[in-house]
Amino acid sequence: MNKAVITVVGKDSVGIIAKVCTYLANNQVNILDISQTIVQDYFNMMMIVDTNASLKEFKTLSDELVQIGEEIGVVIRLQNEEIFNMMHRI
Amino acid sequence: MINIQEVSETNEMIQKENLDVRTITMGISLLDCTGHSLDEVCERIYRKITTVAKDLVKVGKEIEIQYGIPIVNKRISVTPISLVGGTVCKTEEDFVTIAKTLDRAAKTVGVNFIGGYSALVSKGMTPADERLIRSIPAALSETDVVCSSVNVASTKTGINMDAVKLIGEMIKEAAQRTKEQDSNACTKFVVFCNAPDDNPFMAGAFHGVTEADAIINVGVSGPGVVKAALEAVRGENFEVLCETIKKTAFKITRVGQLVAQEASRRLQVPFGIIDLSLAPTPAVGDSVGEILEEIGLEYAGAPGTTAALALLNDQVKKGGVMASSYVGGLSGAFIPVSEDQRMIDAAAAGALTLEKLEAMTCVCSVGLDMIAIAGDTKATTIAGIIADEMALGMVNQKTTAVRIIPVIGKKEGDMAEFGGLLGHAPIMYVNPYSCDAFINRGGRIPAPIHSFKN
Repeated sequence: MNKAVITVVGKDSVGIIAKVCTYLANNQVNILDISQTIVQDYFNMMMIVDTNASLKEFKTLSDELVQIGEEIGVVIRLQNEEIFNMMHRI
Repeated sequence: MINIQEVSETNEMIQKENLDVRTITMGISLLDCTGHSLDEVCERIYRKITTVAKDLVKVGKEIEIQYGIPIVNKRISVTPISLVGGTVCKTEEDFVTIAKTLDRAAKTVGVNFIGGYSALVSKGMTPADERLIRSIPAALSETDVVCSSVNVASTKTGINMDAVKLIGEMIKEAAQRTKEQDSNACTKFVVFCNAPDDNPFMAGAFHGVTEADAIINVGVSGPGVVKAALEAVRGENFEVLCETIKKTAFKITRVGQLVAQEASRRLQVPFGIIDLSLAPTPAVGDSVGEILEEIGLEYAGAPGTTAALALLNDQVKKGGVMASSYVGGLSGAFIPVSEDQRMIDAAAAGALTLEKLEAMTCVCSVGLDMIAIAGDTKATTIAGIIADEMALGMVNQKTTAVRIIPVIGKKEGDMAEFGGLLGHAPIMYVNPYSCDAFINRGGRIPAPIHSFKN
């Protein structure tokens, strides 16, 4: 299974998770895990998702998430999980 | 499962500490592109490069998006052209025609550089090798993305001093031909001792004759990541310092390994090697000079610099070797003066001299790199600088190189501007005393003895 990691970093505000989750639901991206912290008003969230069922290309999903981030004033990134596994797991 | 701290750590490296993959370099053999006429050879070269590498840039961009890691350069290296064009190039102009073909092919596939306008002459020059070397100034000044290299020495064969002398003259001529652009043709030329066959970094990349038909080599980067990691262990002892560098190098190299495997799979070209070099750029926070300062030196070049660089280079290799299945190329910290802001500052402050750089090259790859000197420096003096550096490589059984730019019209204290990743450099002081009689002797320096090491 091809898992991906979504990170959302930025100033906290109402509805960040709702906005991202709505987009994912509309595009058949399944959420496997969510963790979130707030440090000094800064919102930091990570989701592990499964993009296999999505009809959209990885690049399209990535571009659209970046755009949603810009709309709500946070930085959203979509990356294949493999880069984190390679770096942090032997 | 991966946790939020690990994800943040990786993304901070990418966003704040300039972690990137410096280059995916596709090595392509042109040994099957010979023919009966120059036109036929050029046609075959063009067709082979544009076929084998047609998806290289596209795949590079896909990988960037997939993993969110910048891949700064996509490059091609080819078989040394003196071997490919030897039978059909009867004049220097014929070789220049091949250089223009390489330039055209590289632009068609959209890569940043193509390397391999090269000759391997560590023991002797064939007439074709000599024609190619004599054509280098024209080839580099009449093309944009072609890079050239010549291997003039090795531990097994000694130093070809005839070639060293000739190259001193060619560097001056290349500088003269591009004097309006701060002699930037010389930034695309490097002279080697013990040149590796699988180096992905420019200007010295070529596809060695021992290599497969096509291969993917990857060069990682990340001086900023090492610098940031060392900030957290200020004042700690050498054990802690070395452990920190090693762990960081491991993480950086794993990213390179991932990118190399993925590029190899998508392009269906075998994975060759990862080059474990810490490659700086002129950007602030992407500097080997800064690491040396963080280790505890006021400036790169201060007493202690050679020792600091030796430990840095060794720990990068120790960490990197475990992270990758195949390691090769140059593998070590680069110390290019113009491409590293803190090295530029150190040179401008007088802390870093040519002689100290020479000492530093004994313990790190690759050599005197991107050194700007006064335009009126004699060809024999340049040859003397090259001979010294080749001797270091020959005796110490390591790769050494010289990329030196006599900037026409500029003198010590001036600044030369090369643009982009090549950066800018202060014109450095060169010892003014002559080595004419030494260089003009002709012939070669024999290979060194491999016993009685002292």
